[in-house]
Amino acid sequence: MDLIITRLANLPGALPGACAQGLIWGIMAIGVYLTFRILDVADLTVDGSFATGGAVCVICLLAGQNVWVALLAALISGLICGLVTGLLHTFMGIPAILSGILTQLALYSINLKILGKSNQSINVDKYDLLISLRWVRDLALHNPVIMVAILTVATIAVLYWFFGTELGCSIRATGSNPQMSRAQGINTARNTVLGLMVSNGLVALSGALLSQYQGFADVSMGRGAIVIGLAAVIIGEAIFSRIFHNFALILFSVSVGAVVYYIVIQLVLTMGLDANLLKLLSALVVAIFLAVPYWKGKYFAKPVVKKTKKEDQTHA
Amino acid sequence: MLDIQNISKTFNAGTVNEKTALDGLSLHLNEGDFVTVIGGNGAGKSTMLNAVAGVWPVDEGKILIDGVDVTRLGEYQRAAYIGRVFQDPMTGTAATMQIEENLALAARRGQRRTLRIGITKEERERYRTLLKTLDLGLENRLTARVGLLSGGQRQALTLLMATMNRPKLLLLDEHTAALDPKTALKVLTLSAKIVEENKLTTLMITHNMKDAIKYGNRLIMMHEGHVIYDVSGEEKKKLKVADLLAKFQVASGSELANDRMMLS
Repeated sequence: MDLIITRLANLPGALPGACAQGLIWGIMAIGVYLTFRILDVADLTVDGSFATGGAVCVICLLAGQNVWVALLAALISGLICGLVTGLLHTFMGIPAILSGILTQLALYSINLKILGKSNQSINVDKYDLLISLRWVRDLALHNPVIMVAILTVATIAVLYWFFGTELGCSIRATGSNPQMSRAQGINTARNTVLGLMVSNGLVALSGALLSQYQGFADVSMGRGAIVIGLAAVIIGEAIFSRIFHNFALILFSVSVGAVVYYIVIQLVLTMGLDANLLKLLSALVVAIFLAVPYWKGKYFAKPVVKKTKKEDQTHA
Repeated sequence: MLDIQNISKTFNAGTVNEKTALDGLSLHLNEGDFVTVIGGNGAGKSTMLNAVAGVWPVDEGKILIDGVDVTRLGEYQRAAYIGRVFQDPMTGTAATMQIEENLALAARRGQRRTLRIGITKEERERYRTLLKTLDLGLENRLTARVGLLSGGQRQALTLLMATMNRPKLLLLDEHTAALDPKTALKVLTLSAKIVEENKLTTLMITHNMKDAIKYGNRLIMMHEGHVIYDVSGEEKKKLKVADLLAKFQVASGSELANDRMMLS
């Protein structure tokens, strides 16, 4: 017991790092939200495109490019990953999940080719990076928590605008009811591809930020990314779904979900959990959170009874 | 307005489940025709509507809408000319989106969807006025999600979405079959009113022979993938249900079998 308390005393020191990581992965989680909830497609490309973003960013920086150019290049690489999955799905008629798995597998080779080896580091002293874990305690713009928070707000603002346009609305309709969408003259195939592109663009951007934050890109840095993304989406919904209905706020809650996820991970690590069990823990958390709404509907669907109970309490 | 020329469609060709749903079907609709379609189970009524809407390509034949050959156009491209209401009230609207968003999507049918804002203020006012004509109180619930509406309300909304842009062709596929009798009557009356006011060229499938006689200026009966009886004008007005049953027997050599007709 004493041991746990001593360990927990270390937690506050680890919190800024957890927040920074959570915010970075939060951008990826927003991408996952777009496919999983808006397009109603489970896109497994993300495990590959996340690493592609990191790889492209690091290689651009090593080649002497400006950090914003590197981020843009990463974003574009993600758009292309999404395009490939989208075409496999719509043009070649392969089921969405399988399309994502195929792209993800192909990307492993491509990421190796981009990086030239399985792991490429980038020195924060030699290159002008946007964020680094070294600055996590600085009170400045380059502090990853502050910088990524700003980028998240900017991303949410752009997405909020985009999904309010005629084109964005038609993408939401495509996910909501494809048959109705086609009857209303919406090219659902094109919209699915577009949605996958935007989603993977964000995922790659997130990968680019993480590679700068940790100071290296790795071919397997995206392994399990989809699970983390889903965890963030689900945690965000579990906390905020009753109070947040606005699209921008929902995206914000996804980002918060990712931060909560990383704080929880940090908490269990500080308490002495074997780090090798992390992925198992993540999968369990996601499985349980996915099951909760199902269980709720199956075993606790008695809103009428609940209401009377509440009234009784107020009268008592 | 609509010209269906000798179209055929066979499902599952070359298998034991092979089914010739349309067999050399030809049909010509003049502008402003309101045609009711009846026929037995598997006569090809819905298949004809789906062929016109472009849900899948036909095996042979041509489809022209207002002189434009649409045979090779995809479903979403043909939507520029066609308004549709489906049998299932869930099909015609996006449940997770708001009433006004659904209307805005329909208002842009046939137009390029750009990066302009999805709904403008003027549009909202227009939608409010349009919804008022439904007399369902929806004009005060513009931002409610469509999933919260009843089947009848959703079907009325779908009807509004299908007709607000005055489509060249309106396809109604047993659109009141899934509603309770009272709501069905309301939606049907509303459909007839909208069709008449806008003089829309309309194909309406129904399983109710009385409705088929009562509404529209022309009636066609289908059997085994083609039209076996086509009546319009004064002759149609004088029709009785018994006449239709007799006609069917003469034309097809069998009893008219339609589960829904038997029940209604």
